[in-house]
Amino acid sequence: MKKIYSIPLVRGLVWLVVGLVIGIAAVAGIRAALGLDATGRYLFTEHAWVFGGFVGTLAFIATHGVMGDWFKWWRGQDTPEHHEDPASWLKYLGPSLDHKVIGIQYTITAIILLVVGGTFALIFRTELSFEGQQFLNPDQYNTLMSLHGMLMIVSILLGIAGLMNYLVPLLIGAADMAFPRLNAFSFWIAVPAAVWLLLSMPLGGVETGWTGYPPLSANPAKIGQQMFFLGVFVAGWSSVLGALNLIATVARMRAKGMTAFRLPIFVWASIATSLIALTATQLIGLSFQMVMFQRLFGMGFFDPAKGGNPVLFQHLFWFYSHPAVYVFILPGLGVVSELLPPLIRKPLFGYKWVAMSSFGIALVGFLVWAHHMFTSGMNEYLRVPFMYSTLLVAVPTGVKFFSWVATIWKGKIPTPMPSAFLFTIGAIVVFLMGGLTGPPNATVSTDLHLHDTYWIVGHFHDTLFGGFVFPFFAALYYWFPKATGRRLDERLGRLHFWLMTPAFLVLSSGMMRIGLLGMRRRIFDYDPALGFENMHVTLTVAAFLIAFSIAIFIYNMIVSVKEGDPAPGNIWNSRSPEWQVPSPMPAHNYETPFEVVGEPYDYGLPGSKYVEFMKK
Amino acid sequence: MRHFVIVGILVVLAAVGAYAGLDASGLMPVAASAQAGSATTAGSIDWMWNLQVIAMSFLFALIVVPLVYALIVFRRKQGDTSDAEHITGNTPLEITWTLIPLVLVLAFAYLGAYSLREVRRADPQAMIVKVHAQQFAWSFEYPDYGGVISDKLYLPAGTQILLQMDSKDVIHSFWVPEFRVKQDVVPGRVTELRITPTLPGEYKVRCAELCGTSHYSMENGVVVTSEAEFIAWAQEQQNALASAQTPEGKGELLVKANGCLGCHSITATALPTAPTWFGLFGSSVTLEDGSTVTADEAFLKESIHDPLAKIVKGFAPIMPAYSNLTDEDIAAIIAYIESLK
Ligand code: HEC
Ligand SMILES: [Cu+2]
Ligand SMILES: [Cu+2]
Repeated sequence: MKKIYSIPLVRGLVWLVVGLVIGIAAVAGIRAALGLDATGRYLFTEHAWVFGGFVGTLAFIATHGVMGDWFKWWRGQDTPEHHEDPASWLKYLGPSLDHKVIGIQYTITAIILLVVGGTFALIFRTELSFEGQQFLNPDQYNTLMSLHGMLMIVSILLGIAGLMNYLVPLLIGAADMAFPRLNAFSFWIAVPAAVWLLLSMPLGGVETGWTGYPPLSANPAKIGQQMFFLGVFVAGWSSVLGALNLIATVARMRAKGMTAFRLPIFVWASIATSLIALTATQLIGLSFQMVMFQRLFGMGFFDPAKGGNPVLFQHLFWFYSHPAVYVFILPGLGVVSELLPPLIRKPLFGYKWVAMSSFGIALVGFLVWAHHMFTSGMNEYLRVPFMYSTLLVAVPTGVKFFSWVATIWKGKIPTPMPSAFLFTIGAIVVFLMGGLTGPPNATVSTDLHLHDTYWIVGHFHDTLFGGFVFPFFAALYYWFPKATGRRLDERLGRLHFWLMTPAFLVLSSGMMRIGLLGMRRRIFDYDPALGFENMHVTLTVAAFLIAFSIAIFIYNMIVSVKEGDPAPGNIWNSRSPEWQVPSPMPAHNYETPFEVVGEPYDYGLPGSKYVEFMKK
Repeated sequence: MRHFVIVGILVVLAAVGAYAGLDASGLMPVAASAQAGSATTAGSIDWMWNLQVIAMSFLFALIVVPLVYALIVFRRKQGDTSDAEHITGNTPLEITWTLIPLVLVLAFAYLGAYSLREVRRADPQAMIVKVHAQQFAWSFEYPDYGGVISDKLYLPAGTQILLQMDSKDVIHSFWVPEFRVKQDVVPGRVTELRITPTLPGEYKVRCAELCGTSHYSMENGVVVTSEAEFIAWAQEQQNALASAQTPEGKGELLVKANGCLGCHSITATALPTAPTWFGLFGSSVTLEDGSTVTADEAFLKESIHDPLAKIVKGFAPIMPAYSNLTDEDIAAIIAYIESLK
């Protein structure tokens, strides 16, 4: 018992529950003392639950151990710069300061949330297969659909944080991130966030979709809505602090000679992403916090009866949530550009243009948010400039596609194609589908038809699968040997790809097709007169195939950690520094520092090198 | 050079094939308004859409064909361990594929603005219909026809309609797929939408903004008829309104106009949102706290005036208060409920 309690994650979760109870008791007690109603529809009042969640978050973070060094500094004690991690897998449940351990913690948590969110999708997808009610009621459907959206978003944020944490210090030759303790804090704060998101289910659920628009999200009947807001608010901290850390790391800790245009392209993408996350996340936190206060304290920010404006919420919300899309996809596009050169033995075509296009996308991405609001009732004339700015995103995105094709052209295409390569190509094709189905939504007149339909659902699943899911898998197949010293099984990898890709293309194109014909998004059941049943059955089958392929992947990971083919060295024959040292990566990265002496992707240039290790 | 010629030909073939295939598969529902138009009426939504399908088909082919071609043709030969040719870029090419898309984007931006202007084109003679949205039903009011209220949207073909829309509770969105255009309905203000129906027939207005539990079923009928038929219908409604002498007749009209049937059913099978009214009058109702009451006039009156005062067991407290209904109205509604057996 004591042994289990000594695991930091377990200890933190125990105290999270204790904190929740204390917070609830405090509010209920005060209310009772004031003669107010202390109990509510869900045992206690909304105020009690929210305050309990707040105390629970603090209790988790204070007892888990991730603030241990800070507490000691506060008391005037010194602590060593590095901490040695326990040798067993238990280090993954504790407050490690090693960026590689934290990167893996992020990645595993992302996969767990991907599985939970994906399972929710399978459940409501099955409900949708046939006309009429199957086994859910509309409220359960709405809750699962809303949480599917938000859990996937959190999963993606953790997934990119995992890649960036693990890779960026290795790629730039740093021993760790700039602020290792802040790094651990950024990860662990995401754990209570996930707990609150899931707790929204027994407390009445969420009925608004992930966008949480008021006045619907101010409906007092659903306390779950508040826990949802609280969860997202807390997760936002993880994003902001992680981004800050990454920017500081790249700014201050690059190896000698690593000038701007000798940075690996993935690092460029990571900075672009982090700049957005650092400056925009506050807006979703703010907008959700305002709804929380509207509900808790009667502040009528978005309540027309009190002079508030519901459309204002949408502006605040999308000011983050559009750029957030680029937070999700830029690292993935960076992975595509990073993997193509070593796999086909040819330099990245137009390196500078590719690097700058990430910044172009990030910059323009800040000026397009109201394209989600063409039908919202905002000022009619504002729709035109937002249409222009949104269409403009096509230019830097196009540069990326053309550069990828030019890179592959006359490359040495590997035979047989490794899974990492298959997923890279899959990413390009799927993201292209997402990219091409975007401009019709950016054009106001056609968007008046497309908005809030299944077409949009298909479109953004294309962008997120092409921009995140496929590159994420490519990166895992490529760098798994770096982290573990063993390869993932290639046969299972190819099976994973050839199951998932066709199934996904059927799923997203099918969604778009019925969307055009009148299928609205976020509906629990559809009008039989539309004749969509066959398509919905097909979509459900496709969704299960995707889930099955991902189950194969997870099985592959679990088995390969112990039994995969050993891969101690530079298996990809890459120029990149992390492959010049043995795998798995040594605990403190590079024993001797390296110097950058050439271009990162000069494959095919005899005698050239990217990095050179300094003599001791 | 040979490669480029082959790829060029394949791109054109693939683009034409993709467009033809998409076009033939019937992407859009039937077009029933002037705003929807057709692929050949310049500025309409279907015209704009058709241009976009052409652009999508072409750009898809432009990327995917050379990609797939390269994957097949440039495969590594058995036993070859060399690297590929050292090509790092080509600045004129980069500038070209930045500038050409930029020009395309500008062209589409212009066309998009032009199309928006055509779709918004206002007719000062437009007939006004007031649209009232609430969880989970629509109702339609015709100020030009003595304030007739209907739960079906009747419209004359060939006349521009100006919809003035308001919401009682949360945000809803007015969308008839066959008309193409869509507009949110926001509480606390009036939003407008112009539609010129062209094709007589029966359609449905489908709420496009998630508005709560039964959002999925927030669909009301739309009937487009000839001008003459529309006027005949409106007259008949006006007469019915004037001559709804029996209380339950008046109650039925009120119930439809106030969207009660978005949540309540009038048959033996209840909707998931709210109790059915069938056989309600005089029955005994179990409340949330476990007590029971008889559904008499007093209880029903209270339930309508102050819905949160007593909550029926098994249902959420989501019913809005209807302060606009007079005592007389409520008596009529109760008479109507009493008649449902
Ligand atoms: C948003 C959905 C909704 C709408 C619209 C709505 N109701 Fe209700 N109504 C409910 C729910 C849910 C209940 C049960 C919970 C409760 O007692 O509040 C209810 C209960 C009632 C009851 C008590 C029924 C019983 O079985 O005991 C009456 C009477 C009633 N409503 C009348 C009306 C009338 C008349 C209208 C239109 C003017 C209307 N409702 C519109 C949701 C709705
Ligand atoms: Cu957007
Ligand atoms: Cu709705």
